[in-house]
Amino acid sequence: MDQTPVYDSATRPSPFVEEFLVLIRYRDLIFQLISRSIKTRYKRSLLGVAWTMINPLLTMGVLTLVFSSIFKYPGREYALYVLSGLLIWNFVAQSTTAAMGELIWSGGLIGRVFVPKAAFAVSAIGTGLVNLFLSLGAYMLIALILGARIHASVFFLPVPIFIASLFALGVGLALSSVVIYFADVMPMYEVLLTAWLYLTPVIYPLDLVPEGVKVFLYLNPLYYLVDAFRTPLLDGRLPDLSTIVIGFLIACLSLLLGWWIFTRKAREYAYNV
Amino acid sequence: MSDAARPPAFNESDLKPSIQIEGLSVRYRVPREKVSGIKELAIRWAQRRLEHIDFWALREVSLDVQRGEVFGIIGHNGAGKSTLLKVVAGLLHPTEGRVVVRGRVAPLLDLGAGFHPELTGRENVYLFGTLLGMSRREVDQRFESIVDFADLWDFVDAPLRTFSTGMTARLGFAVATCRLADILLVDEVLAVGDVHFQEKCLERMDAFRERGATILFVTHALENAKEICNRAVWLSEGRVMDIGPARHVVDQYIKG
Repeated sequence: MDQTPVYDSATRPSPFVEEFLVLIRYRDLIFQLISRSIKTRYKRSLLGVAWTMINPLLTMGVLTLVFSSIFKYPGREYALYVLSGLLIWNFVAQSTTAAMGELIWSGGLIGRVFVPKAAFAVSAIGTGLVNLFLSLGAYMLIALILGARIHASVFFLPVPIFIASLFALGVGLALSSVVIYFADVMPMYEVLLTAWLYLTPVIYPLDLVPEGVKVFLYLNPLYYLVDAFRTPLLDGRLPDLSTIVIGFLIACLSLLLGWWIFTRKAREYAYNV
Repeated sequence: MSDAARPPAFNESDLKPSIQIEGLSVRYRVPREKVSGIKELAIRWAQRRLEHIDFWALREVSLDVQRGEVFGIIGHNGAGKSTLLKVVAGLLHPTEGRVVVRGRVAPLLDLGAGFHPELTGRENVYLFGTLLGMSRREVDQRFESIVDFADLWDFVDAPLRTFSTGMTARLGFAVATCRLADILLVDEVLAVGDVHFQEKCLERMDAFRERGATILFVTHALENAKEICNRAVWLSEGRVMDIGPARHVVDQYIKG
């Protein structure tokens, strides 16, 4: 039998470390939160899980109709280009937004029960991952219907997905630590996301971007994440090593920074919700 | 319950108090005026006009609760009773002073906060159980006894929104008390549910006490406190007014 646990407020480790240790102890909670999000999202809807795939598909359809003529791209190639970009974009955008929402939802909870507060952001990313894998399935189906080939390089996808998850978790944690104090952050972030989408080559092809402007794209972390994800899925080859390395470094930085910002104030959240 | 079979290990920590509170102060910081948005905040920050009111919910509270004791906390609304429970639960960190808690804590504070209306009773048991720090397997093992105690077998697969308040409270209490804890934190949860269920709750608390658990008990029912508690503390505006045998402290409180 395990020893009697002793809680001593004077010998607590720093929040940066403590939050991580508690999170490991509460790992089953994370799975319960993910399953709750998935179940409640679809419980009352007729089409259920299918919505995860229908949403990007409809966006793809609209964009293809509008843009394939403007960019003079062949419809089929453009459709898959947009869809592949949207999958990873939606993952980052939706899971970071959900991280904020989950923490706010839990508001009543973290004022009443002791829980690792980071669990809500982690489970938001986890829920996003489930949705991403479901929509990847839909992508493959569409690609086959459109007569494109699925390449062996898709087996590399877990690497860029892992990198994107680290990045999204960092952003999600940083955002949730602010949203506790200022609810305004939520609508502001939504506006920012719209701008961010246009600053990332998701719906327009990279080679249409003038050389002088490309420099600014390289400053955008999502450029690397989208590229590392899209290349193996669409082009059937591995992304450049530099893309992966830069993406990974940015993601680690994001996570470290986000974790630091989040845990720095973690002990005060219970006062503020 | 497998925990019940635990041999009565006797080690040094049994002799030390279950809960040890030394010079505890807790400060809530509230902005002086409501700052409604980022813009206003930025302006005020630039003008260095961000002012806070320091509200001390607890001030220099020191007390020990011995193992196996039923300890009452009484006082008016806003006296700091719930804050004290939250500090013991590890939810709030002391602004000053130190809190040492020896043993596993089960909180019975405002149950049902972790429930989701769209999920079934079964799914909520798992969600709430893991929120209280149990592993999935621990909930698996105790699932039957939880539903037995809550007496909800007929509804276990119905969405929680179809449950009455009393049913939800029963489920919450059943989950929170399904594993043996060394310390129970009770915050007036017995007010919900019918008489029959309240009796069951009291029985279960008795069972915990017989196994040597410590109970920290916030209550407004003073007669109740006299009966159940060994000792009590009377808090007023965050300060200890009196501490001692429950009967004595309650009498002082009524007089004061």
